[in-house]
Amino acid sequence: MIATTVLRLAILLLMAPLLLGVIARTKAVFAGRRGAPLLQPYWDLGRLWRKGLVISRATTWIFWAGPVVAVAVPVVASLLLPMGALRAPLSFEGDVILFVYLFALARFFTAAAALDTGSSFEGMGAAREVTFSCLAEPTLLLGFVVLARLAGGLSLNAMLGPHLPAAWGTSGASLALIVVCLMVVLLVENSRIPFDDPNTHLELTMIHEVMVLDHSGPLLGLILYGSALKLMVLGAIVMRLVLPVDTGNLWLDAAVFAGGQLVLAIAIGTVESVMARLRLARVPQVLIGTILVSVFAVVLVLR
Amino acid sequence: MMALLLGAALLMAVSGVPGLVRAGNAARRDAADRPGDADRVGDVPGANIATALLLTGVLVALVAVVAGWIRPGSEAVSLPWAVPGGLFETRLDALSTVFILPVLLVAGAGAMYGPGYRPARARPRNAAGFRFFYGLAVGALIVLLTARGALLFLAAWEIAALCGFFLVSTEDDQPDVRRAGYLYLAATHTATLALFGMFALLGGGVPWLRFPEAGTLPAGGAATAVFALGLFGFGLKAGIVPLHVWLPSAHAAAPTHASALLSGVMIKTGIYGLVRLLSFYAEVPAWWGWTLLGLGAVSAVAGVALALAQHDIKRLLAYHSVENIGIIVMGLGLAALGRAHGLPALVALGLGGALLHTINHGLFKALLFLAAGSAVRAAGTREIERMGGLLRRQRWTAAFFLVGAVAICGLPPLNGFVSEWLVYRAALSAAAGEIRGISLAVLAAPVLALVGGLALACFVKVFGVMFLGGARGGAGAAHIDGDAEATRGMRLGMGLLAAGCVVIGLVPSAVGPLLAAATGDWARTGPAGAPPPELAAVLGQAARLSAAAALLLGLSAAVALWLRRCARRAVYGAPTWSCGLETPAPRARYTASSFADGLVDALAPGRRLERAASADLFPTPARMHSHLPDLALDRVLVPAYRLVARGFVRVRVLLHNGRTHAYLLYTALTLLVLLIVYGGK
Repeated sequence: MIATTVLRLAILLLMAPLLLGVIARTKAVFAGRRGAPLLQPYWDLGRLWRKGLVISRATTWIFWAGPVVAVAVPVVASLLLPMGALRAPLSFEGDVILFVYLFALARFFTAAAALDTGSSFEGMGAAREVTFSCLAEPTLLLGFVVLARLAGGLSLNAMLGPHLPAAWGTSGASLALIVVCLMVVLLVENSRIPFDDPNTHLELTMIHEVMVLDHSGPLLGLILYGSALKLMVLGAIVMRLVLPVDTGNLWLDAAVFAGGQLVLAIAIGTVESVMARLRLARVPQVLIGTILVSVFAVVLVLR
Repeated sequence: MMALLLGAALLMAVSGVPGLVRAGNAARRDAADRPGDADRVGDVPGANIATALLLTGVLVALVAVVAGWIRPGSEAVSLPWAVPGGLFETRLDALSTVFILPVLLVAGAGAMYGPGYRPARARPRNAAGFRFFYGLAVGALIVLLTARGALLFLAAWEIAALCGFFLVSTEDDQPDVRRAGYLYLAATHTATLALFGMFALLGGGVPWLRFPEAGTLPAGGAATAVFALGLFGFGLKAGIVPLHVWLPSAHAAAPTHASALLSGVMIKTGIYGLVRLLSFYAEVPAWWGWTLLGLGAVSAVAGVALALAQHDIKRLLAYHSVENIGIIVMGLGLAALGRAHGLPALVALGLGGALLHTINHGLFKALLFLAAGSAVRAAGTREIERMGGLLRRQRWTAAFFLVGAVAICGLPPLNGFVSEWLVYRAALSAAAGEIRGISLAVLAAPVLALVGGLALACFVKVFGVMFLGGARGGAGAAHIDGDAEATRGMRLGMGLLAAGCVVIGLVPSAVGPLLAAATGDWARTGPAGAPPPELAAVLGQAARLSAAAALLLGLSAAVALWLRRCARRAVYGAPTWSCGLETPAPRARYTASSFADGLVDALAPGRRLERAASADLFPTPARMHSHLPDLALDRVLVPAYRLVARGFVRVRVLLHNGRTHAYLLYTALTLLVLLIVYGGK
């Protein structure tokens, strides 16, 4: 139990930035460039954490609280979630709700920190972030309804448990729909193309990036690290659904999980390379469409 | 212990009476002598006495409630009452306790908050009356929540409602306030009318009955009519959409600690009525549950959607009461479904969630109203578009508001999360079961998720626009310098409520036994008095919630400590990046309306956006005004009433035409009719 927990935390804390590097490298390959080294995010983080920081005179302690919560939340949330076949150490009936609401807490403080700067650009970013997340949350919940129905339990450990291969046999259609929907939620929540572009440089069109315009040095480093952690934690759900492998060996399970995360990062990089970004006004329509698709999945399992 | 509680209620009810004696004169003299520093401890004598009596009453009542809880054995207190058909019988059971606790906490916080917020010295004209009705309302609420006779219940209900009217229209020199007061009065009396009908039917010909024991009434017969009337009457009080029309304006008009009482606990009497009414029946038809669930979902979504569009802070908070009542009613609906289908787990989770959310909403909504009142006092306006940057001047108020905001969004680790978690679990457990009839109830979960997301958007907006960033000009800018922190008493009041939010959030198992007992009172599923095992198991899991919350806080603290070390390298005082524009005008800051625009547009496309801009070559000054009409009030009720009123005017003009011979004709006709009817006898 303790060994599993330590191993899980180690994988999460050490490997998360690598995913950003893999995504960037995938995009570079698609664009015909050599791209930055795979470990570049680690160097970036190290550099940011050693740097000084500039604080706007409009800000208060809320500005500092945003990045703190943004790092703490994914770590705590990861304890509720099985990572591949590695069971969650903190698990109880209904922990799935806590999982969803923890990320909402992070969103609250990130958006508040953005508003704390008093900048209209950051206000716009915060407004877009909370708007899109509002529409993504019902999808996430509907996905969990399907999983709860298939598992007959309300803890993430049970929902993403070893019954999944059998469930693919009996309710494959629902699970496939749910995987697509959760992938959309993953892209929205991690501000990825086609919903947001982490590399954009125009304040008016940014969502997540514009919220952190004024954070610098260690604060920016925390935010980058937090978003890498979030990508890995949310990605773990999708990967577990697609790759429900239980080997029974701790190290093999860990390897399968890590490999799956790398595959997911490549997939995200591919999506980012082959799709254009949606117009902002189209994003809510896509999200509402996703809610309806997940309603179909629920109807399929409830019938 | 019930006797002690009644004594405390009496003490609170009369707390304002000593101040009525010569209050006006003394206050006026005092105001003339020493005009206004609000920070002084003392107020006019009447106000001090009222505060002291109210706080004593709250303490005694808390002792009584806690003692009654430790030594159960629900003794009833019966007093002789010389009213025909009246029965003065009160009893304290777990269900009443659940509703009384927030009343006491909110009243206590209000008593501490009031003198600083609204010193009688500064408002000699209506301070004494306000104190009187505040105390009387609290006393009436306690009697209402323990009454076991229909007539006593209705009497307390009516006293509380009338006190509510006087609290709402305290500042009746303003036309808005008068309008809000009349609307409230009309609504609350309509509710009372429905309740008279309901109790008459419930008694089955014996109008003034004693409340039946839980689970003794058979369904069928008049049950449908009783439920419909009860749903209307209690729903009108609670503010279930579409019966919420009176609520936003009334709660916005009252002084803020009265708003806290009205919004935090007074509307819960409607929920109490519904819960109590459902407990009478031995079995509950499934469609009652579906109706409640549907109405709750509509209220929750409509309430938060309308709240998003508001820019008057108190109206916004009032609309959030509609949302939270919706969540409570959803929990109640799930519990009713559980009873209809014989699923004790669903009953325990749904009702446990609804009751805990009742307590929680009382705490955090009152906290938000008190903090908002403090901010309004500092900014000099209720318009959030004119506030901004208040955190610098009100560190404590901002922190308390933040606690309330996080709690009302249902975010961990505060209390709002725990109750929403229970309701979620109730909804999700509907899917896990094999009963085909109720699996659709699982759709309550995504509805709750949507509501949670919208509430988060709304409170990020409110907190950000009011307390963060910079001032936005207007009245707020005039005060921008200097500290405007709430007085010590106001901070104490807010601190009490905030502590309640934190404790229930971090240690949810503390309220477990109470909820379990209340659920046992409501639906006698197991052996009498034994709490249902399901809720006990669930609240056992709540210890894991505490563990997660503790981990979150610990980890955040660790990261914050590391940041403190980094902060030594920080360069302060730089301007915010705004694309090279050094100092944008205060009016150009991002506003609450812009923040909510996307969501409001998606939810309510019919919104009126009023612009007046010239199409000339050279732009002239233009005005833009956005307003989201309340569909039920502005589009349906007001036009309908206007039509009816016009009809009555026409009838009146026709009949009451001022010609003497017409009146003589009426008299002659009446006599003739009477002769025809009774002449033969």
